[in-house]
Amino acid sequence: MTGYAGCHTRGMGHYRLLCASLCAEIGPDRRLTDPIRWLAGFASILVLTFSQPVLNAGGRVAPTHMMRSPIPDSSVEIPDIVVIGAGVVGCAVTRLFALSGARVWLLEKGPDLLSSSASKGNSAILHTGFDAPPGTLEHQCIQAGYQEYLDLREKFNLPLLETGAYVVAWTDEELDALPHIVEKAHHNHVTDVRIVDRAELLRAEPNLHPGALGAAHIPREFVIDPWSPSLAYVRQAIAHGARCFFDCEVQSGRFDGQMWALDTSRGPLKTRAVINCAGLFGDFVEAINAPSPFEIRPRKGQFVVFDKSAYPLVESIILPVPTARTKGILVTRTIFGNVLVGPTAEDVPERDYPTVDQGTLKNLIAQAIQKIPALSDHDVTAIYAGLRPATQFSEYQVRSQPDRRWITVGGIRSTGLTASLGIARHVWSLYEKEFGGSFTPAADPVWTPVPNIAENAPRAYQQPGGGEIVCHCEWVTRREIEDALGGEFPAGSLGGLKRRTRAMMGRCQGFYCGAHVAALAEGKRASAPAEGTR
Amino acid sequence: MDTADVVIIGAGPAGLAAARVLKARGVASLVVLDREQEAGGVPRHCGHPPFGLYEFRRVLTGPAYARKLREAAAGIDIRTGVTVTRLGEGGLLSIVTPAGEDQIRARRVLLATGTRETPRSARLVSGTRPQGVMTTGTLQQYVLRGVRPVRRAVVVGTELVSFSALLTLHDAGIQVAAMIEENARITFQRPADLFPRLVLGVPVLLNTQIIAIEGGERVEAVLIRRGGGHEERIPCDGVIFTGQYIPENALLKHSHLEITPGLGAPSIDQTYRCSDGVVYAAGNVLRPVETAGWAYREGEAAAAMIAASLKTDQPATRSIPITWDAPITIVTPQRISLPGPALDAMQFKLRVSRQAVGRLRLLIDGRELWSRHMEALPERRIDLPRRLPSLEGASRIHIAFQEI
Repeated sequence: MTGYAGCHTRGMGHYRLLCASLCAEIGPDRRLTDPIRWLAGFASILVLTFSQPVLNAGGRVAPTHMMRSPIPDSSVEIPDIVVIGAGVVGCAVTRLFALSGARVWLLEKGPDLLSSSASKGNSAILHTGFDAPPGTLEHQCIQAGYQEYLDLREKFNLPLLETGAYVVAWTDEELDALPHIVEKAHHNHVTDVRIVDRAELLRAEPNLHPGALGAAHIPREFVIDPWSPSLAYVRQAIAHGARCFFDCEVQSGRFDGQMWALDTSRGPLKTRAVINCAGLFGDFVEAINAPSPFEIRPRKGQFVVFDKSAYPLVESIILPVPTARTKGILVTRTIFGNVLVGPTAEDVPERDYPTVDQGTLKNLIAQAIQKIPALSDHDVTAIYAGLRPATQFSEYQVRSQPDRRWITVGGIRSTGLTASLGIARHVWSLYEKEFGGSFTPAADPVWTPVPNIAENAPRAYQQPGGGEIVCHCEWVTRREIEDALGGEFPAGSLGGLKRRTRAMMGRCQGFYCGAHVAALAEGKRASAPAEGTR
Repeated sequence: MDTADVVIIGAGPAGLAAARVLKARGVASLVVLDREQEAGGVPRHCGHPPFGLYEFRRVLTGPAYARKLREAAAGIDIRTGVTVTRLGEGGLLSIVTPAGEDQIRARRVLLATGTRETPRSARLVSGTRPQGVMTTGTLQQYVLRGVRPVRRAVVVGTELVSFSALLTLHDAGIQVAAMIEENARITFQRPADLFPRLVLGVPVLLNTQIIAIEGGERVEAVLIRRGGGHEERIPCDGVIFTGQYIPENALLKHSHLEITPGLGAPSIDQTYRCSDGVVYAAGNVLRPVETAGWAYREGEAAAAMIAASLKTDQPATRSIPITWDAPITIVTPQRISLPGPALDAMQFKLRVSRQAVGRLRLLIDGRELWSRHMEALPERRIDLPRRLPSLEGASRIHIAFQEI
């Protein structure tokens, strides 16, 4: 027995003795040496505890998010284009139209960019399109978007992790399927895809389970930051006169032959054209125009994120050989220094607040460990689920109706992040050809680089004078958080703040910094009192 | 490059206690690093007593205790706002200060980075991911800042810290809808559950699992499964996941040091020394969780070992591994270095992963030297006998729990 029991010497305060007995210092045989005294001590603790000063009962309770100002009256301003939905596609479309000289308003029903569960919860892969359905609009947009992203990213300071990918065969049947995958890739203009044998595969990925039989290598399948591109696109759009309105849900509308009158949760507005990029709510918004030809059938994808300690275990994106049913589950390193496994593909009714399921998550972990056994030594940092805006069709649902001055961009599921710049180009070309009218594009576009939050490029905390680190798990500085909370285009929610900084996304999930981040956000647009996803 | 005889990573109770002892034993150049803006560790946030009984013979709140720790460490070079990003070989530390990246080299390093609770994500709890889900640590920091992050909470767990969470919620005027425990009995000593049940009117639900969290933007309810199998919904706007402490070990995992498999804790010998002979470890980074007082004493003990090794270093010629099996989940230390000081009762500790009744046995080279019948509970420290017999010729130490 140790120190605490030795405290019952004469002269010590009665209450210290009693506190001592309450502490986790019971004797090794775990029997109370004196139950009566212990109970008395326990009672005294209660008395002492309740005599502590009670927190100011006026302690601030969760503030509701700040009231938004009404939209400018149509007598003041009528935009050329309203884009509905600030997911990655809506942001890319807004950018291109603004750069082309149109007056664009971006309306988003959530509090910030990427509020929807599609754009904020995906696998962050920049797809070559090697396995896209050939000859489709999707394929065209993926490849155009891929190339344009690589062309633009340095101007925006957007990071790129050049991982490459392996479609790994684990059975003879899968091995037999590899040549077809290569052939399809070549047919899709991804000509550097080739088969690698088991020896070469295991040299490249030594932590892969030795049961791997071979693979198709896709050297230019890359990993990117899934959130910063949209921020970059919107900031550039704003620099060219675009306006964003959050907490602005489009509820109904009427077309008078020339102009749309839209009713939103922030008041009415008029516009000369509408581009529906409403993703998971695309069919509801479409119904404002005409009965929607497509129905959104959300497909949930759950993910598990492993601790950064797992990062060295895998260098490439490890893809499965797809079956008729599903594309399958991948394992990859992330640009933020973690290892990711997922997604599942589950048809669900909900269009928001997707659920994670323990059994499914454990199964994902088991599958990851099957492919990379050493992952069993590593902890889980995060879990999340995204929702794909799938429809009853497999193709993108893009439709231009110049007589209704309405363009629909629906059913962009799975590949929206890569395809977004390509989709924007395609939508612009439709508008240009079919809608008439002309704009004066910006002579010298302003470029709006965004802060880097990826691990493979310099981060703020590494700079001299980077200042105080607030989030220790992700090394996020106070200045980064303050910058994201303020300025011309501040984060609109706690989730938005997290996606701009990585704060609170690490292994401790806010244990060390949660309250501090909330205090920094106090009174700002992003304000919210406790950790969560939004 | 900056150099020092000893660098201590972590200015919590273990780190500051070690610093005091090292200074008292004449260690010339000593630096304590802490990544927070203020030294004191987790106790800074725990707004209620009891802290400080052993160290200061007073009963203090956490913040007061942390302040006294800082005062007692006056004159020691404590550098706050400094993050160690890498624990390299030969005592070379990569650090980040407000001025940028740097390095410091030490003859000895003491890892005293402490511990944190397992959050919802690592527990793989089903449901939506609304606001209002947090650990005790986060809750206490909110309350210390005068913020009530939720109005009505469910507390998950019945460890010592779970009762701390209850007190914090009470202090903050936050209702507690229930305390939920998976096992058939509370983890902490009975009758601590009388406090929530009788005094606060909070139901303590045993044999109860949390199935899912519900709610859109904010928590709206938790779905639980009671012992009988039926499900119940508890309306609330906050879920406090308490306990299930894990070592704050990111530095370790990226280093060359040996880690106890499955636990993430540094593998140490009876002198608190890690596998490379330069790095030592003390406090709650060694195993899930002890009170601040224990961490403090471990810091003192490790510091004494470090000071001794700086004077006359006795590298181990032999190492006796200590092994164990289920339901024992961790034993500290994990090996005995010979030549070296004998183990004393304070150091040899173990934990079980679940409730178990049976005979705890200490076997040296396959022969049972000591055993005791006991009921072992998870998250509770189990001590072994005060003095071990001589280990001179031994080659294996095994700790077994024979269940009946």
